[in-house]
Amino acid sequence: MAERERSHTRPLGGVFVAHARVLSATDMQRALTRMAHEIVERNSGLDDIVLVGLQTGGVPLARRMADVLDGLGDAAIPVGMLDVAFYRDDIGLRPVLPEAATDIPVDLTGRIVVLVDDVLFTGRTVRAALNALSDFGRARAVQLAVMVDRGHRELPIRPDFVGKNLPTQREEMVDVTEDGVSIGKLEGR
Amino acid sequence: MRHLLSIADLGRDGIEEVLAVSEAFAEVERRPIPKVPTLRGKVVATLFFEESTRTRLSFETAAKRLSSDVLSFSAASSSLKKGESLRDTVETVEAMGIDALVVRHPSAGAAHQVARWAHRARVVNAGDGWHEHPTQALLDCFTVRQVLAEQAGKEAASLGVGCFAGLRVLVVGDVRHSRVARSEVLAYTALGARVTLAAPGSLLPSSLEGWPVTVADDLDAALGEADVVSLLRLQAERGSGAFVPSLREYTAHWGLTARRADRLADHAIVTHPGPMVRGVEIASDVAELPHSVVTRQVTNGVAVRMAVLFLLLGAGGPSGPARSEPVSPEAETAGSPEPVPVDPVLPGAAIGVGGG
Repeated sequence: MAERERSHTRPLGGVFVAHARVLSATDMQRALTRMAHEIVERNSGLDDIVLVGLQTGGVPLARRMADVLDGLGDAAIPVGMLDVAFYRDDIGLRPVLPEAATDIPVDLTGRIVVLVDDVLFTGRTVRAALNALSDFGRARAVQLAVMVDRGHRELPIRPDFVGKNLPTQREEMVDVTEDGVSIGKLEGR
Repeated sequence: MRHLLSIADLGRDGIEEVLAVSEAFAEVERRPIPKVPTLRGKVVATLFFEESTRTRLSFETAAKRLSSDVLSFSAASSSLKKGESLRDTVETVEAMGIDALVVRHPSAGAAHQVARWAHRARVVNAGDGWHEHPTQALLDCFTVRQVLAEQAGKEAASLGVGCFAGLRVLVVGDVRHSRVARSEVLAYTALGARVTLAAPGSLLPSSLEGWPVTVADDLDAALGEADVVSLLRLQAERGSGAFVPSLREYTAHWGLTARRADRLADHAIVTHPGPMVRGVEIASDVAELPHSVVTRQVTNGVAVRMAVLFLLLGAGGPSGPARSEPVSPEAETAGSPEPVPVDPVLPGAAIGVGGG
């Protein structure tokens, strides 16, 4: 979501300047491994689990999470991806376009869906994702895994699995890439 | 984009954007619940001053799948019968707080005229006389790209619009009276395809000056060369019948008969905007061949129209009077009828003024 945040935060299209590295690539992989084990523990196994990555930042994390989970169980975990543009609550307030494909490979009815995103901030993307998921069937449960929870929630939404709790200021920006997690600011164009 | 009146409003980049967003809506259509809350609270009105089956149903389905409210207006059951003018009808409808007007009208330029009168609403041209039918051309491009992607074993979205470069498109039939042909020529050529027209001289526009096309006088030879064949209906309601000696002779020379279909390349795609008149421009058996993508065009039409409505009403951020173009005082006070705009790119369209 860092990318989405970046493109939607004014000044639009600013340049992200990192101030501090919060997690290294190794830290991130450890956090993913821990969260994967927590998912197994919480659900007493991996039956009926489906991972759904939120476009765009959550998708690579969901794939990596699935790689870890596949090593813990017998069957491959289905991985889907979801773009929530059509469900956003700011349509008409600012430019909104779908950024990437939606692909939910299985009927979600009766499944346990673990939503995966990189950064949890206001909670509005997750709200939109919950709406979207209900159009793919009635999941038995929906859980939320995020690499970074940076606070500043605007809706009553909390994550089930967190890579790192990171206190931030509102105008700060959290950037999650393959190489790790940085905190910084968006500098004007 | 404020209105969609002509393919010329979009250009190459605009077409590419519509195709990309259409791809996202095509995925929505494949869902168990093919409906999204995107345009909740918006009102879309379809104003049809001419009959239509698929275009109207397609726009209304698209609007409903976006969760907007839909109002349906047909000339036959309206106050037009009591002598109300088009302008008053538009202003009445707009005064009800409608967000988008989907307009079909027998006169070329009608949608442009409505757009000039509409202060708040976005206008979509769903066919104006002989002039243009932009959403049909967009869904044709979308369908062609989808088939090209399948032939190449790739995702359609990954092809962008590069797959149209050098594509040989043959438009066959009643070009003179066809708004679909005008929109297709603009769309395909904007994307870099090479368009050839094949029609009897009487069914070509009176002038092709400014049309970026070539004309084939031998359909049989041209068919073998084509990657895409776009068949047009003989528009009997616009008097096409008087332009050909007889339907049988038209079919013999310009129809896609089973014998002619043998000349098609294996990969060739046959499109038809519908309604098809089997036995005239297309033989019944040919309409069922794998080359024909007519049913797919109808399916894709909904996704493409969802994309157009979304781009006009949802994607662009704040809408309404604050962002609308300033209306000049003359335009405000000028009485109807105003001069009907002539499309600068395809001058032949001017002959459609007042047609139908």
